[in-house]
Amino acid sequence: MTLSAAQVAPQKPWQSSPKEMAPTFLLLLASLAASVAVVAITPMKGKLAYAFLFFIFGTASLSIRKWRIRGRAAAADAIVSSIALTGATLVFTPVISILATTISHGVKGLHWSLFTQTMFSASYQDPISAGGLLHALVGTLYLILISMILSVPMGILTALYLTEIKGPGANFIQFIVQAMSGVPSVVAGLFIFASIIVTTPIKASAIAGAFALSILMIPTVTRTAQEVLLLVPNDLREAGQALGATQWKTVATIVVPAARNGLITATILGVARIAGETAPLLFTIGGSDKLNWNPFKDYQGALPFYVWKGLLMGTPESIQRAWTGILILLILVLLLFVAARTLGGRRMKSK
Amino acid sequence: MTFSYDKDDGDDMSVEIALSKSSLGDVAKERAAAKTPGNAPLGSGLEARSIHAWFGKHHAVSDISLDFAAGTVTALIGPSGCGKSTFIRTLNRMHEFIPSAAMAGEVLLDGKDVYAKGTDVTKVRLQIGMVFQKPNPFPSMTIGENVLSGLKLAQLKVSDRDDLMQECLERAGLWSEVKDRLGAHAGGLSGGQQQRLCIARALAVKPKVLLMDEPCSALDPGSTLRIEDTIGQLAQTMTIIIVTHNMQQAARVSDYTAFFLSDGGPGSMIEVGPTNEIFSRPRDERTENYVSGRFG
Repeated sequence: MTLSAAQVAPQKPWQSSPKEMAPTFLLLLASLAASVAVVAITPMKGKLAYAFLFFIFGTASLSIRKWRIRGRAAAADAIVSSIALTGATLVFTPVISILATTISHGVKGLHWSLFTQTMFSASYQDPISAGGLLHALVGTLYLILISMILSVPMGILTALYLTEIKGPGANFIQFIVQAMSGVPSVVAGLFIFASIIVTTPIKASAIAGAFALSILMIPTVTRTAQEVLLLVPNDLREAGQALGATQWKTVATIVVPAARNGLITATILGVARIAGETAPLLFTIGGSDKLNWNPFKDYQGALPFYVWKGLLMGTPESIQRAWTGILILLILVLLLFVAARTLGGRRMKSK
Repeated sequence: MTFSYDKDDGDDMSVEIALSKSSLGDVAKERAAAKTPGNAPLGSGLEARSIHAWFGKHHAVSDISLDFAAGTVTALIGPSGCGKSTFIRTLNRMHEFIPSAAMAGEVLLDGKDVYAKGTDVTKVRLQIGMVFQKPNPFPSMTIGENVLSGLKLAQLKVSDRDDLMQECLERAGLWSEVKDRLGAHAGGLSGGQQQRLCIARALAVKPKVLLMDEPCSALDPGSTLRIEDTIGQLAQTMTIIIVTHNMQQAARVSDYTAFFLSDGGPGSMIEVGPTNEIFSRPRDERTENYVSGRFG
């Protein structure tokens, strides 16, 4: 019987049906049972033993089955797939674990007065319902904002110099950028302390902290932006110049818009690099517990600093504060990422 | 319609071309009429004098002298690696885009050497437009923005942008296909449409000479024919130099044909002449072998 065109339903013949999946599933179940049995009768004990044995049994049984159905190459394919899946799981586990631990510990301390009060009149050992971290939130936002204002233009312009202009000294600058991305963060803080706070009228404040963070952020932004700009096909640069554009016009109207999403990613990675840094802030922001709206003067707080202080105190209440501070820092960074992505995506669509 | 540079620096290279808005009539007849003596010269003549080109130490093109008369179509043919593309890239100074590149010789546009000291390279490229082998519309721009991108890039002002956009798309044979989606992204067009969009983009800045580097090599026969039609119409108002591997194409579109060949060393020009002579009674044996398909 032939079907008319209207009666043909879209199908996916390349996908396995549940019936075909069943043996694989059964083999995995059997591997699990085997690993439980081996743990029970041998001296191997612990979660790690289960995971290791399950990996060995599962990989072996699946690849033997593939070998019998489709031959040696398929067996090798099954082994490599299984190793790759295990690797991906190993990488993914800590990320999930960190998130889960932070959320489960941090949520307990969440309440509204965190966002309206400071630690000026409360102690870290007080129950978490006393005091708040408004001062630290404001400080971190200032630090991120000023660091972005300083680092994003500088990073992207440096990347443009290195990939587009390739002017004199490009190799040397490339070397410096690479060396800078290896600077330990505490050194960045110490450098700003020695070169600015001690010798100039600028004292410990949000802007001094942002200087230190910029030392870390500029190389991150530069290197990511460079990678992204190198992905823009050379054809487009030639096409622009063949239309009688100067190099600057070609870069501004063609290369940068073509790389826009990647440049936003570069900015996000730069912010991610600095948002949780504590070490550069130790000597540069003063770590105040008081709300300070002036980023250019007086001691400033910051979320990582708040977390660090909480951990140092070591009482259950102060450690609870630290967990909640970490959770709020995570949420803040996540919000910034989402904002950057949607702002970037929207302009693309409206065009 | 006229337009001028933002800054009038008194350069006599400034562009002021009147374009006939003639529609798609009998192209061959119009071209024949346009070429009868007494009519105003079309586009600008281009003269290449003893052009050599190098990439690092590799001598790619050797001693090529060619005259491209105003309003003619010249096809450059020859096997791969014989320096055709390198040669036309020296004509609008795109050759120097490659860091190791070097050249010798003169390229005269309206009698002025484009390599003379003090020449503004962006103005040279504005007057000698180029269409590349691979379609390369700007991905961050819409179809309409792509057509007018040259104005933005070269900082030209034009009185009626929509008219110019329509005119260029019509001349590139693309208007009817895209007129309802000028705001869509150029990446959604087919390869042939993208290439015609690139031609429209090159036309918007009103070049006097248009270089085409194998513009049809990635296209299907239908798109190729449309682009050949376009070339025929464009030759009424500009000088066209086209590199092609397709000898039927050279025979169809060009008035003159030059045959390039490399014997292992730098590419050089073996023969140039009216297209029908090159294809029917070439003077050089190697040309005859090539055009009859015996090698290459």
